[in-house]
Amino acid sequence: MILQFIISLLLWPMAEENYFSQSFAKNQFSSTFASPAPDEGAEAGEAEIDVGEIIFEHIGDEYEWHITEWKGKPVAIPLPCIVIDGGVHVFTIHHAQENGYTLNEDGKLVNAQTGKRPIDLSITKNVLALMMSSLLLLVIVLCTARWYKKHDALKEAPTGLAALMEPLILMVHEMAKENIGPDYRKFSPYLCMAFLWILLNNFLGIMPFFPGGANLTGNIAITLVLALFTFFIVNLNGTKHYYKEIFNPDVPVFLKPVMPLIEVFSAFMKPVSLTIRLFANMLAGHIMILSMVCIIFIMAKYGPLLGSSMTVVSVLFGVFLDALECLVSFIQAYVFTTLSCIYIGLARAHEE
Amino acid sequence: MSLVTPEFGLLFWMVVIFGIVFFLLAKFGFPVITDMVDERSAKIAKSLKDADEIEARMAAWKVEQAKLVEETRRQQAAILKNATETKAKIVADAKVQAKAEADKILSEAKLQIEAEKESALRDVRKEIALLSVQVAEKVLRNELSDEGSQHAFIDKLVDEAGEAKLRS
Repeated sequence: MILQFIISLLLWPMAEENYFSQSFAKNQFSSTFASPAPDEGAEAGEAEIDVGEIIFEHIGDEYEWHITEWKGKPVAIPLPCIVIDGGVHVFTIHHAQENGYTLNEDGKLVNAQTGKRPIDLSITKNVLALMMSSLLLLVIVLCTARWYKKHDALKEAPTGLAALMEPLILMVHEMAKENIGPDYRKFSPYLCMAFLWILLNNFLGIMPFFPGGANLTGNIAITLVLALFTFFIVNLNGTKHYYKEIFNPDVPVFLKPVMPLIEVFSAFMKPVSLTIRLFANMLAGHIMILSMVCIIFIMAKYGPLLGSSMTVVSVLFGVFLDALECLVSFIQAYVFTTLSCIYIGLARAHEE
Repeated sequence: MSLVTPEFGLLFWMVVIFGIVFFLLAKFGFPVITDMVDERSAKIAKSLKDADEIEARMAAWKVEQAKLVEETRRQQAAILKNATETKAKIVADAKVQAKAEADKILSEAKLQIEAEKESALRDVRKEIALLSVQVAEKVLRNELSDEGSQHAFIDKLVDEAGEAKLRS
């Protein structure tokens, strides 16, 4: 797996190269031959690389899936923009102007006249990635389930996909058993789902080329929905004892009015912490790796010696960060699931 | 800051897609797998317990077997001893019987020989007597011309015959 990521990392700069091929060539030309052209300064200014823009383009969302550039033309998957604004409008981003929409400074569709955000249900890059990864997970787990239906697991060891998935599912299942108590079976599917979904999307996020590359688990909307699922499952399944602990805990009288406030606040902070932990970790990882890749293009400006030596350094660091990200991907999926599990366990607590 | 403001469209799609996939997998995916896995762990636990039980039973059997072997060996020794004794007894008995039989045969043979001898002697004696009488007749016809010598001679002969009989 690590090998795969090393390869993908090596491919990443290649894909990026097309982006910058023009400016790159110009830089090479001006630094090697040092042509005394009067507009050299202007050219250098034009070749300035906006690292922030590159990084934000990668970690953000888009109305089309820009894959690479081929012979100066962008290769992108066109995606439908779906806008509800006194009626449903469907168009691609290139026809936004004709439909009366324009992009604001955040790159989001706004009504060209009023400048307001409509209800925007566009199938963006992240939504497409979400659909693909969810479908992939669906297929993987249903295939695994099919194996168990077709084979007698009591007589033979799982093979293929089932052998890969079983330890993961079993790990979460056992975790649920340990933390939740007698009725863990009811919650085990959600925990398995959350774990596998986060793990799959974390890995797909590190993959730099097409089916992956979308920064899903580093998107706050996604992690917020995941955390809200946990929040509702926890609080809709709370026992009497759990709610008594929140609203009428066993504390000295003078603390009675304060404790419910703190407890309610903490109940709402749990999903917030889940949201931000996963979001920030994955986002940070993406930014670090992208920064490493960008160093190659920034340093290219300072001549071939510095450029190539820094390329070696940044590739080495990139490999290290990618390996680290693999670890973080797993850890974050695990942490999210464990915490969800513990929260559910607390909500299912009974009086001793 | 679009990074930290959740986008409504993405929220909507995430809820819908995650919800659908979750529903499908919670119904057809995970329970199938976890039930099977649980069933298997239960089976493994049971098999381990059974194996323990069987092992305990085997140990008990081993003790019992050892006891049986020991007893069998003792019985075997007893039977062998018994057989040896019986053999010795049978041999002794047979010897005794054989000796008795032999004795009986011997004594019978002796008796018969005695009887034969007796009868042979009697025949011989009769023959001798006849011969003697004939000889005597002839001698007497020659010698006993007078009555007195005839009588003396007869007495002498009778005495001699009695002595001979005693000697035999």
